[in-house]
Amino acid sequence: MSEIFTAEFWGQYGTLLLEGFRDTAIMVGISAVLAYLIGLPLGVLLILTGEHGIRPNRTVNRVLGWVVNIGRSLPFIILMIALKDFTRLLVGTYIGVTGAIVPLVISAAPFIARMVETSLSEVDAGVIEAAQSMGASTFQIVWKVYLPEAMPSLVLGGSISIITILAYTAIAGTIGAGGLGDLGVRYGFYRNVSSMMLVTVLLLIVIVQVIQTIFNRVSTGIDKRLR
Amino acid sequence: MPVSDSIIQVRDLTKTFGQGDASVRALRHINLDIKQGEIYGIIGLSGAGKSTLVRCLNLLERPTSGSVVVDGKEMTALSEKELRLARRSITMIFQSFNLLMQRTCLHNVCFPMVISGVKKDAAKKRAMELLDMVGLAEKANAYPAQLSGGQKQRVAIARALATDPKVLLCDEATSALDPTTTNSILSLLKDLNQTLGVTVVVITHQMSVIEEICSKVAILDNGQVVEEGLVTDIFAHPTTDAARRLVYPGGDIPELLVDSSKVIRVAFNGGTAYHPLIASLAIDCGVKVNILGADTRNIDGKAFGTMLLGLPEDENEAAKALSYIRAQHNITVEEVEYHV
Repeated sequence: MSEIFTAEFWGQYGTLLLEGFRDTAIMVGISAVLAYLIGLPLGVLLILTGEHGIRPNRTVNRVLGWVVNIGRSLPFIILMIALKDFTRLLVGTYIGVTGAIVPLVISAAPFIARMVETSLSEVDAGVIEAAQSMGASTFQIVWKVYLPEAMPSLVLGGSISIITILAYTAIAGTIGAGGLGDLGVRYGFYRNVSSMMLVTVLLLIVIVQVIQTIFNRVSTGIDKRLR
Repeated sequence: MPVSDSIIQVRDLTKTFGQGDASVRALRHINLDIKQGEIYGIIGLSGAGKSTLVRCLNLLERPTSGSVVVDGKEMTALSEKELRLARRSITMIFQSFNLLMQRTCLHNVCFPMVISGVKKDAAKKRAMELLDMVGLAEKANAYPAQLSGGQKQRVAIARALATDPKVLLCDEATSALDPTTTNSILSLLKDLNQTLGVTVVVITHQMSVIEEICSKVAILDNGQVVEEGLVTDIFAHPTTDAARRLVYPGGDIPELLVDSSKVIRVAFNGGTAYHPLIASLAIDCGVKVNILGADTRNIDGKAFGTMLLGLPEDENEAAKALSYIRAQHNITVEEVEYHV
């Protein structure tokens, strides 16, 4: 294990690890942004159309709930394989960083929708009623009440979503997605280079810690209820 | 058709929740006329339908049937967009204040103006004036979490006034506050009613609130208005059980009353709590009265509340006691009728 502190190890694997880290960052970053573009509106719709929402609509709510549940019930690795033709159709390949982003987004979006729904449901119903009593439109209530009032909770949810996507990228690595997971599998598992396994694991731990710490601080920092 | 001077006119309003056997008739055939500039109370025990009724006035709840006319507009006939506009002139404050917790007081007060398209600078200027009016200008940049309950309600009142409403609906606005704060909020509402001419509709389960600021009152029981009229009349002659339960201290009139020749209801409206009325009545006039029930509170050294007194059989003594009590400051007296 001590070889991870040697110049020889870093000379041999340093570039690989750097590229792996870069690929992971790209996959997580792009997937998270795209998944939020889908998941956030979905979560908002789930809240609005829910039984106690401001636009109750049982049919829409049920259909959305179904779609989200189906997306959430498939293990990521199964989804990734099941989607490979769709992925190739969409982005031209189902392997590598690009190929991984499609299933990552499709898998994370429903998860994010539920996270958003939970965060928004924490907003006091009385505050929503007050906004309605002032003549706020549905759009204004979403944009100026729900989202800002739930922001600390949404940020915390963001860290959970991003870390989940990070975990998915490691899984995606097993079928050639690239990134740290791919390195861990190829070198740590197939070639049995235990030091590589150790370094990728340590890197993943550090990344998760950093993400969680940053998001926790941001969430607490913006929450005006804590003053 | 004669022009009505009512700012709020409710006709045959019914609200039913649910359908079929599971349905609950929350409101039944409600008729109300609330005049411009009035402070109108709607009182009832919990479950009587007060909150539903007040939400039917701004259509937060859509009535099942009947008509609600506010400021000349039939609310039930408005389109969604028209309704949003109409709501700017019928604003509301709540028991739990319902402020935006992530915004400063200033931005809370700006909120209704911003959503109705007022420019930011103009909104801020007006919001500062309103915060000043409710006595909280120095808290403009504080967040609601930093305020006491009474201060939160003041911010909520400033926010409710931001769109220059004609009607202010108060849904149990003082029920979460202690008696001292309740009193200061009530006097603020009274002031605003007088200075701005805004019509105030007060929903409460506390008779003391009605007594303090309302000129007229409707008693709601089991989804129906069982009694309606001037507060003084209803206090003097409650004719229904629901009214008696609310008017008489301790909930119900004692059996003993039936034998008493004359019963009076004494309301303490903030005289000094340290002046012992009953004892001084006995000493100064030599008249002994019977306390049949009492519900009095000491707020900041002032007495508030009501007492039900049975006067002596002797007419002279009774008259003496009555004139003695009438001569006191901050005390009002009504003779009470009670028929079994």
